[in-house]
Amino acid sequence: MRALRTVYARELVAYAVSPVAPIFIVIFLVLIGVMTLNVAGLYERGLADLTPFFNYLPWLCMFLVPALAMRLWSEERRTGTGELLLTLPLGIWPVVVGKFLAAWTIAVLAIGLTFPLWITVSVLGDPDHGVILSGYLSIIMVAGAFMAVGASISASTSSQVVAFVLTLLVCLLLSLAGFRPVVSFIDGRVPPGVVEALLDLSVLPRYRAMSASDFSLDDAVYFLSLIGCALGLNVAFVNAGRAG
Amino acid sequence: MGTPAVQLDSLVRCFGTFRAVDGVSFSVERGEVIGFLGPNGAGKSTTMKMLTGYLQPSEGRALVEGNDAWRAPTRAKALVGYLPEGAPAYAEMTPVAFLRFCARARGVARRDVVRLVEHAAERAGLRHMMRQPIETLSKGYKRRVGLAQAILHDPPVLVLDEPTDGLDPNQKAEVRRLINEMAPEKAVILSTHILEEVEAICTRVVLIAQGTVLADETPGVLRARDPGHQRVTLRCSGANAEVRTALAAIGGVERVEEGPGGGSDAALVVYASGGAPIAGDVAGVCHDRGWAVFSLEVHSGSLDRVFRDLTTRSPEGAA
Repeated sequence: MRALRTVYARELVAYAVSPVAPIFIVIFLVLIGVMTLNVAGLYERGLADLTPFFNYLPWLCMFLVPALAMRLWSEERRTGTGELLLTLPLGIWPVVVGKFLAAWTIAVLAIGLTFPLWITVSVLGDPDHGVILSGYLSIIMVAGAFMAVGASISASTSSQVVAFVLTLLVCLLLSLAGFRPVVSFIDGRVPPGVVEALLDLSVLPRYRAMSASDFSLDDAVYFLSLIGCALGLNVAFVNAGRAG
Repeated sequence: MGTPAVQLDSLVRCFGTFRAVDGVSFSVERGEVIGFLGPNGAGKSTTMKMLTGYLQPSEGRALVEGNDAWRAPTRAKALVGYLPEGAPAYAEMTPVAFLRFCARARGVARRDVVRLVEHAAERAGLRHMMRQPIETLSKGYKRRVGLAQAILHDPPVLVLDEPTDGLDPNQKAEVRRLINEMAPEKAVILSTHILEEVEAICTRVVLIAQGTVLADETPGVLRARDPGHQRVTLRCSGANAEVRTALAAIGGVERVEEGPGGGSDAALVVYASGGAPIAGDVAGVCHDRGWAVFSLEVHSGSLDRVFRDLTTRSPEGAA
């Protein structure tokens, strides 16, 4: 725990002192505001809920989470600090998890800062707070899954740009796999089992379902296992260059 | 004697089919300062990375006070202070924040962190630069940050990869002073290209090339491998031809040559066979014959020459 806490604290401070986190948060808030209020017309709908907001969020996360994740490991590789970090008596898992949690914390902070929208719909009408809370929990889970994927990909390259582009691509695939046009395109062309597996694995349909109703244990397990697998891959990538 | 502070057992590390380190073995006791020498690409850094637990050995093992650096990494790493090549540090942090992070990562209790960091910074000569972001520091100060990080927890084993590379002569002298100060109670392994540094601070030299150890001995013994070791350059009042004959008769003298310049008053160069000391006998002969000695120089051999001789030899020819 000490190792994890130490790494987590250092990464959080690194985000805080670099311009990345503040810029990320501001861009995120401006974009989600514009999309929800202007493009989707939250007020014009005349409904006291945040459905359009939660519809846009995963797409926005797909771009902004990779931007947060890209530096996690590639920068350590590029500057040689990774060698120092891995020769401290920390163990690999606490380092991987600590870094991931710090990046996730920044993403959660950005998502949390959209709370004025919640207040606004509460003042204007009588929204279902359970659904909104469930929506928030869901998007936090999606951001976590994307972040874990991003951290893992960042460990495979010393270039932040490569890490960003690859992460964006993988997150896009993870999301689109269950998207209706994609499903109807591949349906009938591949064995039905594959379609089902893709639908099960895919992030977006699950997100849609859980953000619209209740956040279930089932969903939590799904996302936590996704995060666990991605971080396992992260450990493997970090160790790949070290193994004899 | 108990467990050596560092023990390398037939370490091998392959990158693909390339054997960067090919059966390196040696051990280091506390109180020793090992100069780890070798041409670029000889496998010095790779060996150090295995010793510090960063790389897994392909074969063999590296032990730190009996703890395997790869199989018991946490215990082994706790005993080692490591300055990686180029002294990497988190650029956006200040030295004080970076050193505190390293201290916490090494399990230093919260109440001791401030004191230990201050102590290490003091020893590394960092006191006045503690609040500047590391990226704004000069190369010399960045190196000191790396050194402070390595000595922070007062480890019994110090592994320093080119600690003085790129420093100016004053900074080099300071780093050497620091290593000398700490040497008595630690096992120090430092890699370097600078042979004078080896003479100045190392008690033993391990010379490697192409991944194998070519020599493991004290700087003095290594220097004696120079064919010119114990060579005497003499100027005296005797006639050169006569002096040459007299000197060649001394036991242990291989041959006598005329020094550069030539002519009747040229210096004579007396080569010792097998590096035996001959200066005393040379002076004795001059004294007995009543020749006045104008100058007599003993050449102690140069590590430079030995380094080049050993590392440019083909591997098949290596003894």
